Amino acid sequence: MSTTLQTQTEARTMNGAEIVLQALKENGVEVIFGYPGGAVLPLYDAIFQQNAIRHILVRHEQAAVHAAEGYARSTGKVGCVLVTSGPGATNAVTGLVDALLDSVPVVCLTGQVPTHLIGNDAFQEADTTGITRPATKHNYLVKDITKLAATVHEAFYVARTGRPGPVVIDLPKDILIGKGTYHEAPQAPHRSYRPQTEPEAGAIRAAVALLKAAKRPILYAGGGVINAGPEASRLLTEFVRMTGMPCTNTLMGLGAYPASDPQFLGMLGMHGTYEANLAMHGCDVMLNIGARFDDRVTGRLNAFSPDSKKIHADIDPSSINKNVPVDVAIVGDAGRVLRALIEAWQEDGAAQDKTALAEWWRQIDAWRSKQCLHYVQQGSIIKPQHAVRRLYEMTRELGRDTYITTEVGQHQMWAAQYFGFEKPNRWMTSGGLGTMGYGLPSAMGVQIAHPDALVIDIAGEASILMNIQEMGTLAQYRLPVKIFILNNEYMGMVRQWQELLHGSRYSESYSAALPDFVKLAESFHAHGIRVTRAEDLDAGIREMLAHPGPVIADIAVAKDENCFPMIPSGAAHNEMILGAGQSGGVAGVTDEGKVLV
Amino acid sequence: MPDPSDTSFRNATIAVLVENEAGILARVVGLFSGRGYNIESLTVAPVDEGRRLSRITIVTSGTDMVIEQIKAQLDRLVPVHKVADLTLEGPHLAREMMLIKVVGKGEHRSEALRLADAFRARVVDATTESLVFEMTGAGDKLDAFIALMRPIGLKEISRTGVVGIARGAGGLLA
Repeated sequence: MSTTLQTQTEARTMNGAEIVLQALKENGVEVIFGYPGGAVLPLYDAIFQQNAIRHILVRHEQAAVHAAEGYARSTGKVGCVLVTSGPGATNAVTGLVDALLDSVPVVCLTGQVPTHLIGNDAFQEADTTGITRPATKHNYLVKDITKLAATVHEAFYVARTGRPGPVVIDLPKDILIGKGTYHEAPQAPHRSYRPQTEPEAGAIRAAVALLKAAKRPILYAGGGVINAGPEASRLLTEFVRMTGMPCTNTLMGLGAYPASDPQFLGMLGMHGTYEANLAMHGCDVMLNIGARFDDRVTGRLNAFSPDSKKIHADIDPSSINKNVPVDVAIVGDAGRVLRALIEAWQEDGAAQDKTALAEWWRQIDAWRSKQCLHYVQQGSIIKPQHAVRRLYEMTRELGRDTYITTEVGQHQMWAAQYFGFEKPNRWMTSGGLGTMGYGLPSAMGVQIAHPDALVIDIAGEASILMNIQEMGTLAQYRLPVKIFILNNEYMGMVRQWQELLHGSRYSESYSAALPDFVKLAESFHAHGIRVTRAEDLDAGIREMLAHPGPVIADIAVAKDENCFPMIPSGAAHNEMILGAGQSGGVAGVTDEGKVLV
Repeated sequence: MPDPSDTSFRNATIAVLVENEAGILARVVGLFSGRGYNIESLTVAPVDEGRRLSRITIVTSGTDMVIEQIKAQLDRLVPVHKVADLTLEGPHLAREMMLIKVVGKGEHRSEALRLADAFRARVVDATTESLVFEMTGAGDKLDAFIALMRPIGLKEISRTGVVGIARGAGGLLA
């Protein structure tokens, strides 16, 4: 923008809605996911009168937030949402908490009743800032139009910096209609919010000293590496190869390290690989970058990696020493931490114990030889693992840039286990909150951001119904999202826990009265495919991938398949169950363990 | 690094300097209730000339690991400028003010006045049958005075909660 234009913009009097749109543009917003309503009509009127920002009309406000999350996670940009007051805002709350727990940068504009009616129980009034306070990284209620532009700028700054997260701006209707002047984003630093991104040199040196002396090191990397941008993933790969140590990723971190690399041990945690979990248990030095020792990862805390020195690098100081006390704490951006580690590793004169490292790899290879993800596909009944594996192999052969989203449950874990990710930002899943219904709207957001890419939602038949209305959005915007349903006619993960922990009493976990997904697809102007036999699986996947528009592929899979390996709740990493034959071990789950989710 | 095996509780007086804006107290209180931390007392008031900054003093208790977590969580709030653990960071002063109403006549009344004098409590209201004392001091001194007033005719207490400040020349904003 030229200086003259800037001056013109600054001088122009606009209404609040125009100020908001101008601020969105200045913050790089190209797409808003939203749903109109009374309180936000002035903003929709302003959107109607411009072309710079595209609005995607969703069918439910929760889906708008998930779509913005998919957009954000696949691009590294801030996702933007616009919803109305009252039910518009409350419907968005699940999406906001999802973004909070998975550290996804989202700015959500909510309409509000005019300031003079706030607190009067007006039509479609809700205390949005009150409700979303624990659902966001930060929120704002704008009561003064002179602060409107600055608030939008600050919201984007807060959403994308530090540990990213969702930010709500509540906009009373009189503020949107009122007149004011536009102010550009300030250059001055924020008064109170200043996240530390550059790691301290002393902590980096201490980390390198521990790692150089390690006999059994492991690197455990999470979503923080993805959030730090693709360069951080490249540096992670460089550092892992330089040090020769094994690397495991959390669910959120998949794609940060190439899955096909021999130093990759797969995902860790409750449904992680045998080798990743035993290596975590048996290591002597653990380097955690951008992960938060989540309960899905650690298992029983007092038995978690008992003999290791722990180094934790995180941009959020409150993640450090929260669940697991660590020996070296590094606060900083994952990319900058990795760059500093690489430099310090090269400068440090100490030699590695290569003999010990080779011995460590022999141990890891012995664990690997268990082939914990092995399954046997026999006969006509499709194993869900086989369906995901074939989908992975066939998309690889196709060679298109492929993005995977998931819903939540068994299919999600099978996708994490059997679909390999070579690059960051290709895997969108609800990790922290575990939101069923995340995958379809998230896939919409990904497809909007990457119109030419192949976007697949690996789903379950129960989860997909939670935001199935978004089929309408796919049709309206001709988004060629492929929905690949592993249909076992059960809320599979609920059924699995009921089998293993509650005496096979399948209380309310059967997916009764399912729709005909082929007809459902067709009624939403999409293509429907149903596959029931293993011998037809490849043809079904091929048909799905070849179809130019949106597809629902309903894959009937084995109804009683469980997701293994599994660390039962309350158990330690070295107490994992490898398969059905070994499930006797689950009988040992204590009541204390059963309390855990 | 806090020792996780140390399960003993300690008290902590935490000073927090925040933007004086709508909702800030709700953020702090919501953080404590949402994450299951204790609040034993909480005080807040603006402390700068322009009334842009407020200082919150929170007395809480927990294991070392929990108190470290409380401080990190407070520091993460966007409008928070500075968090200090007065208990941990060196000698500090902690004071509380109370207004205490005692009802009684005759011997009870003169006994109350005698004790008030010994405790340096000020009489700020009096009727023929009641007295209100204003008293400032450390929490245990206030507690002791309350215990003495109870048999004499204690009617009502209003306490501010603790305010704290570090001894010496250092300040919260370095």
